[in-house]
Amino acid sequence: MRSDAAPRVAGAAPGLFAALDLTLEPGRLTCLLGASGVGKSTLLRLLAGLPTGVEFQGTVATLPCALMGQDGGLFPWLTVAQNIGLGARLRREAADPARIARMVEAVGLDGLEDRLPAQLSGGQRQRAALARTLAEDRPLVLLDEPFSALDARLRLQIGDMAARLLQGTTVLMVTHDPAEAARLGDRILVMTPGGLAEHPAPPGPVPRRHDAPEVLAAQAALTDRLLA
Amino acid sequence: MRALLAIAAALLLWEGFVRLTGLPPYLLPSPLAVGRALWVHRAELAPAAMLTAWETLLGLGLGAAFGIVTAAAMATVPRLGRALSPALVVSQAIPVFALAPILTLWLGFGMAPKIAMVVLIVFVPVAQALYDGLMAPPAAQMDVARTMGAGRWAELRHLRFPAALPRLASGLRLGAIYAPVGAVIGEWVGGARGLGALMIQANGRMKTDLMFAALIVVVALSLTIYTTINRALGRMLRKRGF
Repeated sequence: MRSDAAPRVAGAAPGLFAALDLTLEPGRLTCLLGASGVGKSTLLRLLAGLPTGVEFQGTVATLPCALMGQDGGLFPWLTVAQNIGLGARLRREAADPARIARMVEAVGLDGLEDRLPAQLSGGQRQRAALARTLAEDRPLVLLDEPFSALDARLRLQIGDMAARLLQGTTVLMVTHDPAEAARLGDRILVMTPGGLAEHPAPPGPVPRRHDAPEVLAAQAALTDRLLA
Repeated sequence: MRALLAIAAALLLWEGFVRLTGLPPYLLPSPLAVGRALWVHRAELAPAAMLTAWETLLGLGLGAAFGIVTAAAMATVPRLGRALSPALVVSQAIPVFALAPILTLWLGFGMAPKIAMVVLIVFVPVAQALYDGLMAPPAAQMDVARTMGAGRWAELRHLRFPAALPRLASGLRLGAIYAPVGAVIGEWVGGARGLGALMIQANGRMKTDLMFAALIVVVALSLTIYTTINRALGRMLRKRGF
């Protein structure tokens, strides 16, 4: 879903981060990179309207959103198809089997619709969670280190899949992986206790090739920044 | 297999101890004497066991239902939860067995006070376990449900309750262990029938072998009820992806 409204968080969380201003570009994927504990997830939770456990002083302007976290947050007692249709179930809307089938196909889980999460591999679980996030069809998608528990190959594959499927959607993706930010970010922001800094993204549409020279250079520069 | 060997070894030791010391059977009957009593008194033991089993199962069912409804109400109405939660803790400090005589006074000598005893014993662990589970839903799933716009009722029904099932199962297992004890104590205090009453009568008549035989039936009954419930709960949880 396209939207022209720009989600924004502006303010400070004393003890966590100083005054900062995060405005997401509509229709683009913004990668938020930074060390653990610097407040990346807090920003994301503010945009999601979720409790953060910190005192935030400032304003939040956001849109209806879909959220996907590191462990996927699949409901273990629901099948893949039921998980994808979870939003409708929770809002007491009628299920849309055709739509669920399209999502299953989009993430390549055909034939696994009736499996429980425990019967899936780690990569399959994250793809199911991705399908559920897409099924929500919200103007804003928030991804909190969605692929960080996966091995390098799966991280690449599923990350690329997510970037392709989310094209045109406003996305904030929190990550601590410079390679992921360099491949997937239309825009890259680095967060430190001092605030947010823009880092130039490599040229070209996402997902970019992991071995393109500009992507590798951006990855190295981002790593340097995180080490600084 | 190992358990059977351990039981056999214990029985052998017991038999040897009784023979060596020459203790009179009214103090400590030998396992063989207890086995004989099991067979000789089968016509008394069987109906007593049936009655105790019924009291246990009815009490267990009622106590579990009561506990589940209470926990659900406490989770749905936060004010009720805050008010009752300390009461649950306090009620665990009451020695429920001490209530048996008063229950008999209130409810008579029939099955009712025994069932009430079991209900009291089963209710608290079930309510406590389920309430704890309902109040501690998994964080990642909770975030997802909230961003999806789940209302309080949908959250309870589709997330909190199913996520609390393993805890509810733990509470039910605890209840199942204690339930037969409750029934036996109830019979012990006020009643002419059931395994507890049989034990008291046998004790009074120095028929220690029958007392032990009844005890063995109680243990067998408890284990049967517990393993049956434990297996059913395990199957239920596996089917739900736990």
